[in-house]
Amino acid sequence: MTGPVIQVEGLYKNYGTVTALRGVNFSVEEGEVFGLLGPNGAGKTTTVEILEGMRTPDRGLARVCGLDPEKSGSRFKEMIGAVLQSTSLPDKIRVKEAIDLFANFYRVHGNTNDLLKRFQLEEKRDAFYSQLSGGQKQRLAIAMALVNNPQVVFLDEPTAGLDPQVRREIYDIIEELKRGKKTVLLTTHYIEEAERLCDRVAIIDYGRVIKIGTPRELKHASAGTTRIEVRLAKPVDNGVLGQLDAVANAREFDGTYVLHSTRAPHTIVALVKHLESDSNELQSLEMFSPSLEDVFIELTGRRLRD
Amino acid sequence: MASNVIRNTWTLTKIRVRLAMRNRTFLFFSLIMPLGFLFFFVTIFSKGDTAWTAYILGAILTMTVMGSFWGLSVQLVMFREAGILRRFRLAPLGAGPMLASSILSNYILVLPSVAIEILVTKFALHMQGWGNLWAIFLLVSIGSATFSAFGLIVASVTNTMQETQVINQVIWTAFLFLSGATVPLARFPHWIQGASLFMPATYLATGLENAATNLATHSEIITDLVALGIGLLVAFEISRRLFRWEPEAKLPGSAKLWVLAAMIPFIAFGTYENVKGDRLALVRQNFQMLNSASMTTPSKSH
Repeated sequence: MTGPVIQVEGLYKNYGTVTALRGVNFSVEEGEVFGLLGPNGAGKTTTVEILEGMRTPDRGLARVCGLDPEKSGSRFKEMIGAVLQSTSLPDKIRVKEAIDLFANFYRVHGNTNDLLKRFQLEEKRDAFYSQLSGGQKQRLAIAMALVNNPQVVFLDEPTAGLDPQVRREIYDIIEELKRGKKTVLLTTHYIEEAERLCDRVAIIDYGRVIKIGTPRELKHASAGTTRIEVRLAKPVDNGVLGQLDAVANAREFDGTYVLHSTRAPHTIVALVKHLESDSNELQSLEMFSPSLEDVFIELTGRRLRD
Repeated sequence: MASNVIRNTWTLTKIRVRLAMRNRTFLFFSLIMPLGFLFFFVTIFSKGDTAWTAYILGAILTMTVMGSFWGLSVQLVMFREAGILRRFRLAPLGAGPMLASSILSNYILVLPSVAIEILVTKFALHMQGWGNLWAIFLLVSIGSATFSAFGLIVASVTNTMQETQVINQVIWTAFLFLSGATVPLARFPHWIQGASLFMPATYLATGLENAATNLATHSEIITDLVALGIGLLVAFEISRRLFRWEPEAKLPGSAKLWVLAAMIPFIAFGTYENVKGDRLALVRQNFQMLNSASMTTPSKSH
């Protein structure tokens, strides 16, 4: 198709007195893995659920494959696959039954045995849903989302709450979708997930998209700073740390001071000197190369998991 | 389009039947408990009087069929609260197949219970004859669908499981004790008998009791079926309109008035029967006939 597969313009949504979206804009091209990166409550799920046709925006435009998700009914649903932030099924449904059940709702659908094999659920085919681990439930949710071989896949925090091993398994599945040229909209608050999987990322906070770009572009936009995280014996003023040599900005999060430095060695020397003169001392010091986390901090003044 | 609706309804019906068969609570309430009541009531009240045994069978069948009301409302609310309905919402599936499959699967599950209850009454409790089996079949079929649809309305207008249980309890108690399903209708004061004609359960209870005792005329059975059938159509449409997939999609309190809208056909039937109909007279007459039949055998008293 010509033009973007997903188009979002000026999306607004309120829940009573709470404003969830304040004019969200972005578009996703065909075959692209697009990430919505932001902390909890930023508006990621609301955006995705509007695009899935599950919520009505107060204002603005949402289109998927040129269709209005809310008004296009079955035609639209045949085209998409989605993993909700939290998928629930009846406890006593078996794994194979669940895939068969959802496959039967679509005009075109994949083979259940192939899906069981692809998502490593063959051994669990006769297990009840209630007997599955968190990772197995999530793999089943993804298998059900892909049962109709959709053009567009929505994955709402697909790895939230999973252990690192299972998370890596889910990453492999998303990379497979990427190789299969599926258009994927992924929401996450995991930096490494966005960096590893997404072609482009929109950083979203308080219901607004504040920056869009490739992970590389966004990191480059953080002025190539190095993040230095230190813990000190005695508290100090952020302002003082911000004036140290080569420090672009300094912030404190729960007793950890985060300095973004354009020349890390100079900053460390200056920091040590300052602490000596202030009769203070270092408890720990860690250095990180620029990441999307730094971009997020620079743009919002907050960490992703605040 | 229509073929999709039928296909989806049948797909959901099959899985619902399978899930119910794996649910021990369901099996207890739909099979074991009615049989327990059957043995209990026949032992205590019938004492070998075959006419009363048949009457009690009618009452037990009524309870079995009305159970659809309770089970379906609770299941739908549970599915909505657990977020299960949300997942179905993502599929090309409307509210119609979700609701219709509830009714259909419930019907498929009620039929074996009804058959077992009739067979047990006939062979283990020595009921003479079979009653009017066709009338029983039709009343069970329409009645099961109607009471399922009432359950779906309750599920649609309540916001939480707690609310559902409270409303169910109130309606269920009225259905159970004022319809003739437990205490014979003819034993109530006349004003309660008149009031009971406004309740759908009365049409099911009197219909099944008369069908089981073979005292029903064709016109009575047809009236019962028409009343329940109209109730079914109205209730299904209301529940379809009020259906909610999302746990947080709350209905305003005024929407609960839709429950009353579902009662409109029965208000019309009740008014007609109270003003012009002869249903209560027949109920009293049948009750007297049963009593007189039992008087012929010493040691039977009611």
